[in-house]
Formats: sequence, C-alpha cells, structure tokens
Amino acid sequence: MTMWTAVLVASALAFALKFLGYVVPAQWLDGPRTSRVTSALPIALLSALIAVQTLTGPSGSLVVDSRLVAVAVACAALALRAPFLLVVVLAAGTAALLRALGWS
Amino acid sequence: MTTLAPARRRQVLRQSLSVGIATGAYGVSFGALSVAAGLSLLQTQALSLLLFSGGSQFAFVGLVAGGLGGAPAAIATSTLLGLRNGLYGLQVAKMLQVSGRRRALAAHLTIDESTAVGVAQPEERAGRLGFWATGIAVFVLWNLMTLVGAVIGDALGDPRTYGLDAAAAAAFCGLLWPRLKSRDAVAIAGLAALVAVLVAPHAPAGVPVLVAAMSALLAALWPAAHRDPAPPHHWADEGREADR
Repeated sequence: MTMWTAVLVASALAFALKFLGYVVPAQWLDGPRTSRVTSALPIALLSALIAVQTLTGPSGSLVVDSRLVAVAVACAALALRAPFLLVVVLAAGTAALLRALGWS
Repeated sequence: MTTLAPARRRQVLRQSLSVGIATGAYGVSFGALSVAAGLSLLQTQALSLLLFSGGSQFAFVGLVAGGLGGAPAAIATSTLLGLRNGLYGLQVAKMLQVSGRRRALAAHLTIDESTAVGVAQPEERAGRLGFWATGIAVFVLWNLMTLVGAVIGDALGDPRTYGLDAAAAAAFCGLLWPRLKSRDAVAIAGLAALVAVLVAPHAPAGVPVLVAAMSALLAALWPAAHRDPAPPHHWADEGREADR
C-alpha cells in the first residue's frame, strides 16, 4: 500500500461514516449499550495512542525517556486549563530541552 | 420560518469564528507532525481537505510514522475515531433539513466543533447558522494552518530534536482530556493504556491500539457503568454548556 492509497482510503471511509449519519434512520443506533460503546471508543483509542507513543520504543518494548516527562508536563498544563496549542508547544519544548541536555 | 434578529445572528457568528480560530490554531501542530511522520506536504494537505477530522488525522499520521506497515492500523484507527461523526450526523440531520449536494457538504463538515455549536443554540434557525458557520470557519482555518505547519515542519529537519514526537502524544492528551468527565471514562482510559503497552512488544505497529480499543466494549457490558455524554472540546469563550 502506498501512502497515497492509505490517505485516500482513510479519507473515503471518514466521509462515508459522516454521510451515513444523514441517511440511516436515527433509531438504528438508539439504545444505551450502543451509546456507551460509541462514547467509550474515542476514550480508549486516544488513551492507547498516548500510551504507545509515550512509553514504547521502535520494537514495541517499554521505554522511559523524555517523552514521558513531556506528556506529564502536557497533563499538568491541561489541568491548569491551558489552551491546546500551548499544551503541545510545552510538551515539545520539554522533550527538546531534555534531549539538548543529553537525556534521551 | 422566523428570521434571526441581527444581534443574535452576530452572536452566533462570533462564536463560530472564535471556535474556528481556536481549532485552526492547532492545525499548525497537525501540519508539522504530519510531515515529521513522513507524509509529503500534499498528502498532509489532502488529509485536512478530505479526511477533515482532527482526532482521526492525528491518529493516522501517528501510526504511519513508523513506516507504511502501520498503514492498515492507521486506516482502522482513524475510521473508528471517525465513528462519532456519524453519530453527530444523526443528531444534526433533523435540524439541517438538507438534501442532494448540500447534504454531502453538510456531512463533510460534520465534526466535533460544528455539531457542538449547532446543537448548543436554543433556536433551530440559530443552530443551522452555527453549524454551517462553524463548519466553514474550521474547514478554512484548519486547512490554512495545516499548510503553515507543514511548511514549518518541512524546514525543521529531524523532528525528535524539537520534541515533535512528544508533541504528538501531547496532542492526543489534549483531545482526550475533555472526555475524562467521569470515573468510568478514567477507568476505560487506564485500561486501554495498560492493554496497549502490554500488547505492544508482541504485535505490529498500530495493532496494540486496536486491541486496546476493545476495552471500550467493556464499558457497554459493564452493568454499573454510567453513560458519558459524547463531549466535544471546551471553548474558552463558551457562554453555555455546548455538550449534548
């Protein structure tokens, strides 16, 4: 698969899902179970993405390095209600600084 | 159909524009992260133009960053994250009353932000205006800022020097944070993170995230779990609760 194929397939699927919302009858997705799964899904996905990007190395093994400190700084900033862009910049700055100081 | 008072109209438009600016601003970080992950400027822009859903876009570039081997998982994760847009469509379709080409356009603009502003308005007329104005404002600014970020990212060189790999994780934290509104949400997040790290050494890139997503199913089966509202982001200038 080329990168372009991946980009276009992901885009087509994203649009298909958005469009489906306008054409399927609303009662199809009613029900507390469905709504629990659909609200829990982004939480699980995002949390897993954070864990993998923060704590694993190229081979998937556990690695603790400057990324963990950077994410901790990001969470502290979020707890203090910092805006999204500042959170991202603070995390990048933390990792960059630690690496410049010689800590991986 | 009653028309909207000019003052009320301006109020809705102002809210839409400020949401557009706030969202557009982090388009910069998407653009920079995407080229750092190895996508070309054109591919980066294509994601913002065609996929147009922030969480899915961040997930996609995060998972192909390790190479094209992660592409199937990148597509799957991006699609699962996009499921909620379909649910937003169910919510706003009745309010918008669109068909044909306008329906396709409305569908493309159906994201966290446009839905949140749209459904937050007490009058249907204002809701329609809020949806369209926010959708268009976010689309234009998100794409412009993606381009800016991609150009900057291209000029930077090795992304690790600037901590861009950590910025990606921080971006996900920013997207997750407003969703952690209940103990159930925190429990699901903790479980998913644990599963992902445990599976990671034994599976190809991207698969751990998908396996961890299965922990969301537990939330449906757990009888004591409460229903979380599907929350879009917080806005700084939000006058009312935009959720639900």
